[in-house]
Amino acid sequence: MLEGGQWTCLLGPSGVGKSTILRLIAGLHTGGEFNGSIESTDGRPLREQVAYMAQADLLLPWLDVRANVMLGASLRGEEPMSERAGQLISQVGLSNHADKRPHELSGGMRQRAALARTLMEDKPLLLLDEPFSSLDARTRSEMQELAFEVLLGRTVMLVTHDPAEAARIAHQVFLLTESGLQKTQIAAQPPIRGFNAPDTVDIQSRLFDALRS
Amino acid sequence: MIKKIRDIAIVVLVALTVWELLVRVTGVPSFILPGPLRVGRAAVDHAELIGEHALVTLSEVLAGLLLGTVLGISTSLYLMVSGSARRLLLPLMLFSQTVPIFALAPLLTLWLGYGVGSKIVMTLLIIYFPVASTFYDGLRNTPRGFLDLATTMNASSSRTLFRIRVPAALPSLASGLTLAAVYAPIGAVIGEWVGASRGLGYLMLLANGRVKIDLMFAALFALVAMTIALHTLVNRVGRRLTRWSVGT
Repeated sequence: MLEGGQWTCLLGPSGVGKSTILRLIAGLHTGGEFNGSIESTDGRPLREQVAYMAQADLLLPWLDVRANVMLGASLRGEEPMSERAGQLISQVGLSNHADKRPHELSGGMRQRAALARTLMEDKPLLLLDEPFSSLDARTRSEMQELAFEVLLGRTVMLVTHDPAEAARIAHQVFLLTESGLQKTQIAAQPPIRGFNAPDTVDIQSRLFDALRS
Repeated sequence: MIKKIRDIAIVVLVALTVWELLVRVTGVPSFILPGPLRVGRAAVDHAELIGEHALVTLSEVLAGLLLGTVLGISTSLYLMVSGSARRLLLPLMLFSQTVPIFALAPLLTLWLGYGVGSKIVMTLLIIYFPVASTFYDGLRNTPRGFLDLATTMNASSSRTLFRIRVPAALPSLASGLTLAAVYAPIGAVIGEWVGASRGLGYLMLLANGRVKIDLMFAALFALVAMTIALHTLVNRVGRRLTRWSVGT
């Protein structure tokens, strides 16, 4: 149901189990029991093919931005790829802050660093769990554009409770409510859509209606 | 900082003045309670003696702190990696805390003699639990999200322990060590009271026995000064090393 190379949004109200689904795909503990299977088209175990980004930036406070971006290699005991880390850091616009620790950065900058760390993992499937929801409106819209740009061509699953976010960024939207999961048809320009484009506004209002019904 | 020092100086000065006045007004004999001036004179007169014994106590305290810290940290790490240790050792550790450690001092002297050994072990026993329990608590309470991240990055459990859990627990360890720095001199002095021929605890008993109460007070103040210095040092170093934890 996740289309390769596209953004799939899982939209729903808080507490309905969106994050649980994402955590199941990521192979994380959910505190519940899951009967079913999650499969990938190439048959390889999914757990090794995902990179995960959450609402909290999860930057380690004792490491600087560069070391945080290279955390994966350090945790697996691999050679650090500092050149690539430097590229990604500048791609997310943090070149001047690479040696700073997280507490010296703003919320938006911290999420940029987390984005660079997620990209550093270089996995085919990216699982984003409301990564922008704690940011202010302007920073959030900038982050949506940046994330869309740097993740172009990858398979992304974005969990969100914000219809506006889904309307801007999704190729396909799944709506998860108390009554179950349903796919919402989106016939519009491909993302990323302007926040006041007619398509965006139209999708947003339909998603909002579906959420309220 | 300067303001803080000034405030402390004022409080100390007022307390000493009240003490001196109280002694003069009530006319209490100096073998019951000497005034601070008299204690000060004793401290100056016997500076060398006090210094000698303070050095002995200090070395016991430092050795006990070092060994207790190493032992406490190792225990916490062992508890983290071994499930059976958690089941078997943890209840035992908690139960051991119901034993008043002071009551063990005569036994330690019996087993380890009158030398520094029994005092070091006494100090170690006193600080072991605060260090082990604070660090273990810190190790167990690693933020869930950090561990999730490590899982999705396919981290091995030993690297997760040493690169995520241990650094995340350092602020807890630092507060445990600050506590230990205050407890450690108590351990050494208790050991010296039970049986010793050197150290501030011994000097205090000796002076007390010879009714040199001014010297006893001087030795007590040397002990207090040592404890404050140790606490400040450990606190500073701890804060410096975990500066990142401020505001998180």
